[in-house]
Amino acid sequence: MADFEVPELREYPIVPKLKEGTMAHSRPYVAAGKFQTPLGFPEELVDNWKEVAIDKMGELLGKYRSLQVFLDACVHCGACTDKCHYYLGTSDPKNMPVARQELLRKVYRRYFTFAGKYFPKLVGAADLTEEVLDEWYSYFHQCSQCRRCSVFCPYGIDTAEISMAAREIMDAVGKGQKYCNEIIGKVYVVGNNLGLPEPALKDTLEGLEEDIEDDTGVKVRLPLDEKGCEILLVTPSADFFAEPHVDGLMGYAKVFHEAGVSWTLSSKASEAANFGMFIGSYENMRKIALRIREAALELGVKRIVFGECGHAWRVAYSFLNTLAGPFDFLDQKYPIPQHICEFTYNLIQENKLRFNKAANDDMRVTFHDSCNVARGSGMGKMEGGQFIIPRAVIKAACNHFFDMDQDTIHDSTFCCGGGGGLLTDDLMELRVKGAQPRAQALQRVVEDHGVTNMAAICAICKSQFTKVLPYYGFTMDQIVSVHQLVSNAIVLKGSEQEAELAGETE
Amino acid sequence: MSLVTTLYVGLFYLATILLVAGLALRIRKYAQTPAPLKIPTMPAPLTETGVAMRMAREVVFFESLFRSNKWTWIFGYLFHFGMLLVLLRHLRYFTEPVWFWVNWIQPFGKYAAFAMLAGLLGLWARRFLVDRVRYISTPSDHLMLALLVGIALSGLGMGYLVHTDIVAVKAFFLGLMRFSPQPLPADPLLLVHLGLVAILMIIFPISKLLHAPGVFFSPTRNQVDNPRERRHIAPWAEQMEASER
Repeated sequence: MADFEVPELREYPIVPKLKEGTMAHSRPYVAAGKFQTPLGFPEELVDNWKEVAIDKMGELLGKYRSLQVFLDACVHCGACTDKCHYYLGTSDPKNMPVARQELLRKVYRRYFTFAGKYFPKLVGAADLTEEVLDEWYSYFHQCSQCRRCSVFCPYGIDTAEISMAAREIMDAVGKGQKYCNEIIGKVYVVGNNLGLPEPALKDTLEGLEEDIEDDTGVKVRLPLDEKGCEILLVTPSADFFAEPHVDGLMGYAKVFHEAGVSWTLSSKASEAANFGMFIGSYENMRKIALRIREAALELGVKRIVFGECGHAWRVAYSFLNTLAGPFDFLDQKYPIPQHICEFTYNLIQENKLRFNKAANDDMRVTFHDSCNVARGSGMGKMEGGQFIIPRAVIKAACNHFFDMDQDTIHDSTFCCGGGGGLLTDDLMELRVKGAQPRAQALQRVVEDHGVTNMAAICAICKSQFTKVLPYYGFTMDQIVSVHQLVSNAIVLKGSEQEAELAGETE
Repeated sequence: MSLVTTLYVGLFYLATILLVAGLALRIRKYAQTPAPLKIPTMPAPLTETGVAMRMAREVVFFESLFRSNKWTWIFGYLFHFGMLLVLLRHLRYFTEPVWFWVNWIQPFGKYAAFAMLAGLLGLWARRFLVDRVRYISTPSDHLMLALLVGIALSGLGMGYLVHTDIVAVKAFFLGLMRFSPQPLPADPLLLVHLGLVAILMIIFPISKLLHAPGVFFSPTRNQVDNPRERRHIAPWAEQMEASER
């Protein structure tokens, strides 16, 4: 099924020996001119690209303390070398975080430091050449910006920041990545990554309303562009059509229905994900974030709630207020923005939702902490809420929950292998190999606890796992949305399920 | 004044100026470069006090390194805290009268030199024995370790093998500090020891030794988790916003 070797799943994880150059061929398609211009980037590699690249690097060093400190502080201690899922899955030494950083750092040293200018060989400095640029393109598109390395670095060096800077430099010289840049263009024109226009959205949502009514006998609405609602729901566009995402969307709708709040989706802000972060572009990230602000203003909502989406939640939780705030026109009693898991969790705490956990008894569930939720954001007003709250929601809806190995959950979680703008078919080998550490941990709980399903709260995780887990012998439907579990177990007032349960107890 | 003394007087004044000025410039650069977005590695503390605690755990216990790799942690810890004690012990050559607590740590400081050396050798061994660490090691990584090992060995040599006139050494450094140079004993081990120390001081602000001030400026470690409550906008981002209006 694959034209490359799928890594094996071991009983105990091992750190592989180096195999140089195994992933040197891996690179995504370069963006054509028409995908570059809408983002403000040159159409193709500019003639004086070296000069432009070094200037851009200088500019970024002056704008981002993270980049300046991270490029200086590394001592090559090796703490990060066995932490990246792409290294563990590919054995390519350039996928060790420090080695990936060195690709940029060696050029930084050469042009910006005393030692690199006068003793380049001694400190590992190198000129910016075409080969170096190609290597950047290859290996900075083998980083999913998951931040696992930053947890283990004694100075907190975050390779995501380095990758973002490298991608921004490459965009500036005209060597952008097709997948990300095409998608950002779609958001500007249509409003979402998948390019679903308003009529298609409307049609889909009506279909979902019918499905829910068929299942429960209750008219649960999924409104679009309705003014004067209390809540604007911003969710990844995959929620509108892909499995298992769409089951999650139905879950959100049922929760809102039971809570008795008015809510709406927006066709303008029909995308939670913000690919501006992947390419490290503050300007594009801000432009995408501003669509949410505009939609909230136009619709006159009081609150913003985000659906299940990992990187989106990082941008929403950590950046939205800075990029597109102040949100003084929203109700300050609620977090701005709020995660759907926080919303559901609060209702559970207040005993406002009724669950029939037995509805999920065909599943034994584990939870995959999505990297950008785990290490890039928070939930609730508590340290580690992003680990506690989704699990509490799952446990409220399921009888059988088992966590995976300690070293693979919470802030040690592994990326799914498709994050950070790598969820594209031209990187299939990388995606499959990068999923090995997660698949291995999943295999353990399958064998030890009979786990049947893995729940996630990220559109990229869900899409990636449905596609790559079959390479490891799992089936695509083993990945579920957290709010799919909620949707299965929630007992709506006046529903057929409520009547059935009443019948059983009589 | 002998040629040796003149040379070392000049060397130490130069090294001190380069170290202090170099570090000051670097720290100013870190402090003045904006951190435009909240990027703490989560979960992060919700308060300033919490962040101070996180940073203290990082600097005092090497918390992240402990989670990451026990061997590197042990060797790194032996080296850094061995060196700290050794440095504190050396304060006796720069103070008159010697501070009381410097006298207290004198016996520990002498053994700490062995801990420092053991840590350095352990870290160096990893650069040869672990294929991943071997791959990322540059010539300067090895030279840096050689330099530190040289300092430790020459220092231990004077303590246990070939004693130098330590009273004269102290007079030399007090003289430097009072701008009235005194003669330096021309013992080979002492000259090697001091020469290597001066080199270390000179390369500190232009090398990876910048990890020492750098860690305090690391945004993933020194930021509070409060982005939903407060905007965190950089001056250049504010300008960008203003130009749109």
